[in-house]
Amino acid sequence: MLTINSIKNGVVIDHIKSGQGIKIFNYLGLDKVDYSVALIMNVESNKLGRKDIIKIENNLELDFAVLGFLDPNITIDKIQNETIIGKVKLRLPDKVENVVNCNNPRCITSIERNISHTFYLVDEKTGAYRCKYCDEIYKVSDIQIK
Amino acid sequence: MLKGRNLIDTMDFSIEELEEIFELSNQIISNPEEFSNLCRGKLLATLFYEPSTRTRLSFEAAMLRLGGEVIGFSEPNSSSVSKGESIADTVKTIACYADIMAMRHPKEGAPQVAAEYSPVPVINAGDGGHQHPTQTLTDLLTIKTTKGKLSNLTIGLCGDLKFGRTVHSLIKAMSRYENNKFILISPQELKIPEYLKKKLEKDQIYFREIEKLDEVIGELDILYMTRVQKERFFNEEDYIRLKDSYILDEEKMNKASKDMIVLHPLPRVNEISYAIDNDPRAYYFKQVKYGMYVRMALIAKLLGVK
Repeated sequence: MLTINSIKNGVVIDHIKSGQGIKIFNYLGLDKVDYSVALIMNVESNKLGRKDIIKIENNLELDFAVLGFLDPNITIDKIQNETIIGKVKLRLPDKVENVVNCNNPRCITSIERNISHTFYLVDEKTGAYRCKYCDEIYKVSDIQIK
Repeated sequence: MLKGRNLIDTMDFSIEELEEIFELSNQIISNPEEFSNLCRGKLLATLFYEPSTRTRLSFEAAMLRLGGEVIGFSEPNSSSVSKGESIADTVKTIACYADIMAMRHPKEGAPQVAAEYSPVPVINAGDGGHQHPTQTLTDLLTIKTTKGKLSNLTIGLCGDLKFGRTVHSLIKAMSRYENNKFILISPQELKIPEYLKKKLEKDQIYFREIEKLDEVIGELDILYMTRVQKERFFNEEDYIRLKDSYILDEEKMNKASKDMIVLHPLPRVNEISYAIDNDPRAYYFKQVKYGMYVRMALIAKLLGVK
């Protein structure tokens, strides 16, 4: 059985949909850091069936809003002296910039260089986002992280 | 204040700001000569990345009739665009020459990009199937001038309600005024998009969806016709069954009120019979003229000369 030790001080990103952990790991640039990190994949979960977990031995300030967009079911535990001192429940951010691209081939973002790919939240319940330029609607569940 | 603003979507302007534009339009209509030097010394650039002779000529005529001048291009192969220049760079360059610009582009959101980088006002002259705000201003001015109001009207929209951007824009614009009712006349395959239906329901705006024009024409204050294109249909039988429901002819006009007006964004093909053109209720060519006047007022307001 796979065991990873608890961290002393840092952050645990839990309840990541199985398979998405590596994308979030790379999105946060954790493959390039000099402190200890662990990416645990495909573990059993009561809530999700299977899940990924990331443990980070560092009190870095994460862009929580974006993590909410990448996977709104994620929970974030702040750890100090091996104790959970705070839990952050994510909600979908109102605006997302340069995380995913607009897939509409009729959108100007498909040809214009040096342009941000920006989406605005239109419905928190359904996770629907609107492209800033072409108004195309996307559901969070359909979006593929770059 | 409208000076220095951009017009990318009709919803960019408040009802009061739209009213300012309509009021100036009507002043210009009553006495065009009074405004013939209003923009002397000013330059409009028309950046048309795809051809649209009708809209381009309307903008150019508007500026020239204000005493201003026009520069521009009417298709991308004739400019550095064909060398791959970005919209951002193009508008920063053009803004060195012109005081205001009107952009038509096949890609959605292009005029919005232009507005982000341009130090001078940008007018969206149509971006793909997305927005065409000056057509909507034209439609609103025509309705206001002929009916005297923009509220308490029963508006029939007929034909292609799914892909017609002028239809979506007009519905959204007229929804801002009180007590307007929409009768949506189209084949099943070309009904208004779901997002627009939900918006009307959410805002508690009265609308009905009908397939046959002659069943409802008697109720309408305004009939806005659009072209039903064969290529939008999934099968030929449906097209053949439905195509003549959406042709406005004298027989249908006999069922309409004498005060109803007929609008069409043009060009028309066969959806309005030529026999209607001399009917006093046919306003689609007068609509073209109102389009020029509303563009004159818009340019004057955005430049801050009036």
